[in-house]
Amino acid sequence: MSTLEIKDLHVSIETEQGTKEILKGVSLTITSGEIHAIMGPNGSGKSTLAATIAGHPRYEVTSGSITLDGEDVLEMGVDERAQAGLFLAMQYPVEVPGVTMTNFLRTAKTALDGEAPKLRTWTKEVREAMEQLKIDADFASRNVNEGFSGGEKKRVEILQLELFKPKFAVLDETDSGLDIDALRVVSEGVNRAHEANGMGTMLITHYTRILNYIKPDHVHVFIDGRVAEHGGPELADELEEKGYDRFLAATA
Amino acid sequence: MTNTPADQAEKVAGVEVGERRISIPGMTEEGENLAAETNQAAEHSHGGLGETKQLTSGIGSRANRHTGFDVAGFPQPSGREEEWRFTPLKKLTGVLTDEAGQADAAEHRVTASEDVVVSSLAQGIAPRDSVLQPADRAAAVAAKNVDDALHVSVPADVEVAEPIRVDITGAGAGRRANSHIVLQAGTHAKAVFVLEHRGSAAFNGNVEVIVGDGADVKVISLQRWDDDAVHVGQHDAEVGRDASYKHVAVSLGGAVIRLNTNFRYAAEGAEAEMYGLYFADAGQHIEHRTFVDHNSPRNTSNVLYKGALQGASARTVWVGDVLIRKEAVGTDSYEKNQNLVLTDGARADSVPNLEIETGVIEGAGHASSTGRFDENHLFYLMARGIPEKEARQLVVRGFLNEIIQKIGVSSIEDSLQEDLENELEIAGF
Ligand SMILES: Nc1ncnc2c1ncn2[C@@H]1O[C@H](COP(=O)(O)OP(=O)(O)OP(=O)(O)O)[C@@H](O)[C@H]1O
Ligand SMILES: [Mg+2]
Repeated sequence: MSTLEIKDLHVSIETEQGTKEILKGVSLTITSGEIHAIMGPNGSGKSTLAATIAGHPRYEVTSGSITLDGEDVLEMGVDERAQAGLFLAMQYPVEVPGVTMTNFLRTAKTALDGEAPKLRTWTKEVREAMEQLKIDADFASRNVNEGFSGGEKKRVEILQLELFKPKFAVLDETDSGLDIDALRVVSEGVNRAHEANGMGTMLITHYTRILNYIKPDHVHVFIDGRVAEHGGPELADELEEKGYDRFLAATA
Repeated sequence: MTNTPADQAEKVAGVEVGERRISIPGMTEEGENLAAETNQAAEHSHGGLGETKQLTSGIGSRANRHTGFDVAGFPQPSGREEEWRFTPLKKLTGVLTDEAGQADAAEHRVTASEDVVVSSLAQGIAPRDSVLQPADRAAAVAAKNVDDALHVSVPADVEVAEPIRVDITGAGAGRRANSHIVLQAGTHAKAVFVLEHRGSAAFNGNVEVIVGDGADVKVISLQRWDDDAVHVGQHDAEVGRDASYKHVAVSLGGAVIRLNTNFRYAAEGAEAEMYGLYFADAGQHIEHRTFVDHNSPRNTSNVLYKGALQGASARTVWVGDVLIRKEAVGTDSYEKNQNLVLTDGARADSVPNLEIETGVIEGAGHASSTGRFDENHLFYLMARGIPEKEARQLVVRGFLNEIIQKIGVSSIEDSLQEDLENELEIAGF
């Protein structure tokens, strides 16, 4: 049983107009096996929270803490966080020139496990995971994300999720831009990872449709850099119906 | 989006001649000079990157370019000439001066098995000057000022198993050396020639390669000079009937490297390739110009040059000319240049020029792309657990490996991998 704990997190970025505070005191605790949905209007800071957990250098933590089973995550480098079991499925996965998917997956797996995977079983595992996610076999020889469609990039994020077996995954709008079939395939992948490894999940989304496939235990409403309200799955339905007006009015 | 190094299929006069190597149905046998349109296409489809500039050459057909042995026919360049406009002339430290080299400025040592004939060729003695036609002042100067050219010849029907090595070692920075080497493979001979340049010099080197009918020849030219070396050179090959020729240029070390590598055909049925790999650090200028002259029918050519750049003022240039002459029916030709910019301040120029004078060809294509490696690439790889140093090596190695694999001599491949790792260390990654 693992715990990812975010306490009173304040995060700023440097812009041309000076320092801008984006996260204004976020507190959130996820334990293994739990699924937390995070919903909130554009620009409220959801991706900032996700990128800060992963350690993107652009975001500066000014106060608060992130700990994984008591270990200070903020002290860890980006690679160390991944090695500790954190995974970020990015809203906009990056195209990396010159590196094939095959090479990338093997190198990452080796770095995460501290030893190279057995080639035979690894190749088979990759192939099967790709089949399940309906990713064409020829993607293995293409460069990471290069020229992939939006939906293909998202599938490849979930492919990594399944292969790397993290303790906690942050899925930043993995459902955006997916057609109905892809949504189902991707959701099944997340659910498999969840069941196989007892993964804890932070699911950032704008739409309740993915919540029909991936059932959240908790729903958090994110407004202006803070969690404005916690609730159960019913909170998502309310948001779908009524929007964020109630919460926006409260902060205004 | 702009940092995506997507290869771009080109359209020449509205006809797609890109990756897929389709034939050109709209062309008549009259042909057409397409250089101008080609250049425009290149300029249009490759913009968007600060470091990269796609430039048009603005010159006439490559067929009309002056060649010759008279040094006076090539005045000292001013830098405005098409073929010199990228080159830092001030840094050339005398390699264009019409003078004899200093004795021992560059030592040439040949290592070859006994069935290889090593001798020298005085001025005017065949086969010297039968293949190489000086195309700029540098080559004319070298041709004129070397009394005895090194001649390394593999007799007909001889297959040489071990690479034939010519180790060229410069005696010191600014030491002026002229060099002229004739590599020859007889009918159905098979050989790998390795030219390895080390040390430092102001080096001006011509290489001519005679590839006999049915021969199989590889020339691997390694530029592993010290940081203060200057190297200008022209490597010309004539490829015999049904022969196979591969030239691989690897340019890693040296202050200024400017190589013109060219080939043409003696007859039909040949397959010729040129590959290049370069890695420019801060302050280095590495320039490669390739020219494929499809001067006879039914031959195949392929050119692929890949380069990585890092550090302020690292500079690379690739100019790839392909001329498919009127008589070269049935030609199949492709050329591509790809650059990977690792840090800000580096600049890669990439200029493909395709001229097609006959429509009766199998295919002709060119592509050029320049990608950047930046903070976001690094973040993505590291977010998957890969340490920073390994992430950078992964990208560079993945990118350049395609060329290293073409060398086919495992000892060289291994040592180049090591060199690349060192290049990355130098930059502090
Ligand atoms: N690098 C940056 N430079 C300037 N502003 C930024 C930067 N990154 C984030 N911001 C600003 O921070 C705020 C939060 O952005 P963030 O991407 O975290 O929002 P989000 O909740 O993920 O929105 P969306 O639902 O649209 O994905 C926005 O106002 C955004 O413009
Ligand atoms: Mg977002």
